[in-house]
Amino acid sequence: VEVGDSVGGPAVRQLNLPVPVTKIAEQISSLHNMMLVICLVIFVAVFGVMFYSIFKHRKSLGHKPATFHESVGVEIAWTVVPFVIVILMAWPATKTVVAMKDTSNADVTIKATGMQWKWGYDYLKGEGAGISFLSNLATPRDQDPATVKNDNYLIEVDNEVVVPVNKKIRIVTTANDVIHGWTVPAFGVKQDAIPGFVRDTWFRAEKVGTYRGNCVELCGKDHAYMPIVVKVVTDAEYTAWVDGKKKEMAAKADDPSKVWTIDELKQRGEKVYAANCVACHQANGKGVPGAFAALDGSKIVNGPKAENINIVLNGKSAMPAWKASLSDTEIAAVITYTRNSWSNKAQENIVQPAEVLAARK
Amino acid sequence: MASQNAKAPYYFVPGPSKWPMLTGMSLLVTMAGASAWVNSISWGPYVTVAGILAVLSILYYWFGDAIAESEGGLYNARIDNSYRWSMSWFIFSEVMFFAAFFGALFYARSISMPWLADLDHKVLWPDFAAAAHWGNTGPAGTIEPFTTMGPFWIPTINTALLLTSGVTLTISHHALRAGHRAQTAIWLFATIVLGAVFMGFQAYEYMHAYSDLNLKLTSGIFGSTFYMLTGFHGFHVTIGAIMLSVMLYRVLKGHFTPENHFGFEGAAWYWHFVDVVWLGLYVVVYWL
Amino acid sequence: MSSIAHDHAHDHAHDHAHDHPHGWRRWLFATNHKDIGTLYLWFSLAMLMFGGVLAMGIRAELFQPGLQLMQPEFFNQLTTMHGLIMVFGAIMPAFVGFANWMIPLQIGASDMAFARMNNFSFWLLPPAAILLAGSFLVPGGATAAGWTLYAPLSSQMGIGMDMGIFAMHIMGASSIMGSINIIVTILNMRAPGMTLMKMPMFCWTWLITAYLLIAVMPVLAGAITMTLTDRHFGTSFFNAAGGGDPVMYQHIFWFFGHPEVYIMILPAFGIVSHIVPAFARKPLFGYASMVYATSSIAILSFIVWAHHMFTTGMPVTAQLFFMYATMLISIPTGVKVFNWIATMWRGSMTFETPMLFAIGFIFVFTIGGFTGLILAVTPIDIQLQDTYYVVAHFHYVLVAGSLFTMFAGYYYWSPKWTGYMYNETRGKIHFWLSLITFNITFFPMHFLGLAGMPRRYADYPSQFADFNLLASIGAFGFGLAQVYFLFAVVIPTIRGGKKAEANPWEGAEGLEWTVPSPAPFHTFEVPPTVK
Ligand code: HEA
Ligand code: HEA
Ligand code: CUA
Ligand SMILES: [Cu+2]
Repeated sequence: VEVGDSVGGPAVRQLNLPVPVTKIAEQISSLHNMMLVICLVIFVAVFGVMFYSIFKHRKSLGHKPATFHESVGVEIAWTVVPFVIVILMAWPATKTVVAMKDTSNADVTIKATGMQWKWGYDYLKGEGAGISFLSNLATPRDQDPATVKNDNYLIEVDNEVVVPVNKKIRIVTTANDVIHGWTVPAFGVKQDAIPGFVRDTWFRAEKVGTYRGNCVELCGKDHAYMPIVVKVVTDAEYTAWVDGKKKEMAAKADDPSKVWTIDELKQRGEKVYAANCVACHQANGKGVPGAFAALDGSKIVNGPKAENINIVLNGKSAMPAWKASLSDTEIAAVITYTRNSWSNKAQENIVQPAEVLAARK
Repeated sequence: MASQNAKAPYYFVPGPSKWPMLTGMSLLVTMAGASAWVNSISWGPYVTVAGILAVLSILYYWFGDAIAESEGGLYNARIDNSYRWSMSWFIFSEVMFFAAFFGALFYARSISMPWLADLDHKVLWPDFAAAAHWGNTGPAGTIEPFTTMGPFWIPTINTALLLTSGVTLTISHHALRAGHRAQTAIWLFATIVLGAVFMGFQAYEYMHAYSDLNLKLTSGIFGSTFYMLTGFHGFHVTIGAIMLSVMLYRVLKGHFTPENHFGFEGAAWYWHFVDVVWLGLYVVVYWL
Repeated sequence: MSSIAHDHAHDHAHDHAHDHPHGWRRWLFATNHKDIGTLYLWFSLAMLMFGGVLAMGIRAELFQPGLQLMQPEFFNQLTTMHGLIMVFGAIMPAFVGFANWMIPLQIGASDMAFARMNNFSFWLLPPAAILLAGSFLVPGGATAAGWTLYAPLSSQMGIGMDMGIFAMHIMGASSIMGSINIIVTILNMRAPGMTLMKMPMFCWTWLITAYLLIAVMPVLAGAITMTLTDRHFGTSFFNAAGGGDPVMYQHIFWFFGHPEVYIMILPAFGIVSHIVPAFARKPLFGYASMVYATSSIAILSFIVWAHHMFTTGMPVTAQLFFMYATMLISIPTGVKVFNWIATMWRGSMTFETPMLFAIGFIFVFTIGGFTGLILAVTPIDIQLQDTYYVVAHFHYVLVAGSLFTMFAGYYYWSPKWTGYMYNETRGKIHFWLSLITFNITFFPMHFLGLAGMPRRYADYPSQFADFNLLASIGAFGFGLAQVYFLFAVVIPTIRGGKKAEANPWEGAEGLEWTVPSPAPFHTFEVPPTVK
């Protein structure tokens, strides 16, 4: 099946860096082209000499060996000249480094949280502050790429990050579990997301459009399946999007003091499980031996619920802490679900959101 | 030095030996056992201990061979020189091993801790800044409160002990060079005793830390660096004391001459190295 | 170091029955540097095959988009173990093998300084290899955290990770003891008259490499020990919740890791510095500046480590410092390249297989050096970090660098080892096959990286399909070329062929060529005198 260029992602048989959409990406591109040219020139010069020698100074042509074996002048020259070249290379790079690091005075600040294996986004400051959502791979994992024509195979998501054009966007990265890497090549931006720490980077996209990147730090088995998609829109479109998103969130918000029935919780929990837990603990609850614990038959899942809530909230070794990314209702639901699934028949078989809220203290 | 040794070849090269290969295989057993042990697999501890015992008993024969060669007059000044170089480089490698842990302490304390407590990190750890002095329980609040370990009095006494042991060892060395075997043995013995007392205090300090200060290996980055640094140091003191004990045995056996006793000197170098590491520890772990 | 006088009277091997053992004991209990060198070389060839088969698995899965052959978990295990096995199992032991064989012969010593410890250094490697290979079979499989074993991903692995950690402890001990042996041999056992500045380049590069090894292997041991205690004993070195920092692991690791990459290339520089003069029939140009350049590379290698960490978010001053320091390394490396070319200049060259591989090395390694320089430029690295551009860079310097010089060294010295000449036509076939398929495999990876394909991906967007296909085809070809090397070159040369003279090369110089081929079991029991 023929594949076309991805819009805002890689082109088919692309040979050089992507078309830049920010000033920084543009500078990077020209730095790279400059380096490439200088290196090529040196390369041709150096190996021109070598191949000349190889063709002319060979025994089969009867060439007799010279005996010289040092020359202070030449040696100084080929130490000093490269030194000068290196300085010429480093100078423009220095300016770009300083510009890249200046994350001050952003119009919108967005926190990007890497999780195994999806991205979470929280709009912290500027227009849209308060919005938060998860962004998952949208390509069905079971499709056969050899037969399905899709220009955005593995670089499409369900919820895109939306940002206004020509505004300084500061991205604050962090992670829940292991290190991930947030990048959008067209913006010239790449920043590791480190659990427990925040780091930042910024971009000012100059063209409306959709731009794509991938997680770029090995983060476990589904490292290849947590892409990043940023949609750059006009100011008016952005305002409209913010309004829509806020309404949507208000509609979805749960009241943690609401009391649920066990079936409601199980239903909701199944969804939470599928979206967050299944990657490690597996659909059958058996986990991955040696790497991820089984929930089916687990002592904690079948034991007192306080400990169960504690581990889901705060994590334990490979298990990440979920207190920041799941709501009380979601945590209550997923615990209730696991306590009543597979062969599990826990004594304390229902957890209400209020109990989770209480355990957060 | 011993270059007058008539029997010695130009450079003695030992013949085939089964010890190295057997030691390697025993280490395989040890490491396989240890991998199982840390994962709480039941046979792990037995296999590990069996492996270690095998390593130790093989090393006993191996070093026995080396000592016999030395006593048999096969070594000369060249070999002696080789041993000097090798011991120096070995100690250098140990220095770098400790450097990794000192580096971790420095990095955690001077770079990551202030980072975790800075303004940006309020997003993740809203309550942390106030607690960011060194020796805190970490930003997540998952670690039980503990008290840090100051320099008084055990670490200071221990410093004095180790420094004294350096002196007694030097006295012993001078005695050896002067050919006074009894003096050598007595001062060497004193050194070992000082080392043992040091270890005793260290063990007491650990118990005190665990039971009274609630300072544990799991007490966040403070506990991690504290126990790994002092623990590895203690381990090296133990090794050094074992080396010195072997030397004591060899002194009593009359293996050493005033001119030729690199075994003794090598062990002494090692002991001084362990001493210097302690001074570093004393300053950066306990004082600062 | 050109005029070498040698006392032939002492050369005939003293074959005492007790120290020239036969059968399996000869190998298991070996204390002879030549036997131990042979053991090292066979071991590393086996590991090259093992690591190569893992690479073939990687390339087979990446042949086209989608998951065809394996699950991503297993793919990550392949990538990780490929890196670990190649670095610690194939490249490093191979150079130690060369060192064992050649250093005593080159400096006129009877053996290595500590023959029994030498055997121990070797016999630590099979246990480590068994632990690594065995980790594929345990629950959870081998470690899949990348050869860099970054925390906290390394905390999620199963028992395979612990086996990997212990294996690396053992290999580290082996390297440290091996290095001590090499340094002491070089410093203490040179033949009378061979001053340091008369010493063969290979010995110089190894002297400096050994120093690097002793300085950084313990640091790696420290890093993985912290990983181990974080995993099992509740320490918080790399865990922010307890006040630690995952990035701290990276600093410690790369303090080891960057010198490590020069550990894998400096001995290669040494080998090339023998081959080029031999086949240009002209002394090495700029011997002294070669020594200074090697030392400068080693010293600089300690202050550039964070160029692997530009995207972790360092202060701007740190980014600039590490960029400048890294770029400086191209200067001494350039000096070496220029010296080799000046050695060829106005020589009288012939192009036997060792020379072909040496020239191929200079040419292709420089491409890898230039991509390294491009990566050193922080803003460009931020675009390219963790993409296939990096994979292309380091295979250019490691495969076309280290591996090609090992082939060169094999062809150059195997007459001395086996007593037979290899088949020149086959050697040339091996060279051209390797050179061409190597470039087919790894050149397209530059494009993949520039276009943004991340490394350590089991599956990728369809736009990357064509270059991946090309790379996979090239990789299979390159693999087959190495099978050819084993069966058409190595094994036949051991079995027989044209008898090799003491010095089969018209232009080769050095003490190793003054002893018969194959080198007798004992050489230089009384040292020659070097004038
Ligand atoms: C043999 C191993 C080897 C060698 C020799 C090198 C040599 C160099 N490497 Fe490479 N490198 C690796 C192995 C090696 N590297 C590996 C394994 C990785 C990846 C690790 C991982 O993440 O898994 C890596 C990654 C790596 C990175 C990080 C990339 C990333 O992850 O983002 C960088 C960045 O600076 C870098 C730079 C360099 C530089 C500047 C050199 C220089 O030493 C090159 C110097 C040589 C030349 C420049 C060419 C010859 C010079 C001239 C002809 C003179 C004239 C030239 C000029 C003045 C311009 N390397
Ligand atoms: C040190 C040396 C070294 C060497 C020699 C090689 C050799 C090869 N490597 Fe590499 N490689 C690394 C070091 C090395 N590698 C490192 C450090 C990494 C990073 C790991 C990480 O990310 O953690 C890496 C990663 C790496 C990747 C990236 C994986 C990823 O990011 O997911 C790829 C992908 O193509 C690759 C391919 C190859 C290939 C095709 C070869 C070939 O040259 C191999 C050729 C050899 C053989 C094939 C063996 C001989 C043949 C046989 C035994 C018969 C069987 C053969 C056939 C059926 C054809 N390697
Ligand atoms: Cu997330 Cu890779
Ligand atoms: Cu590096």
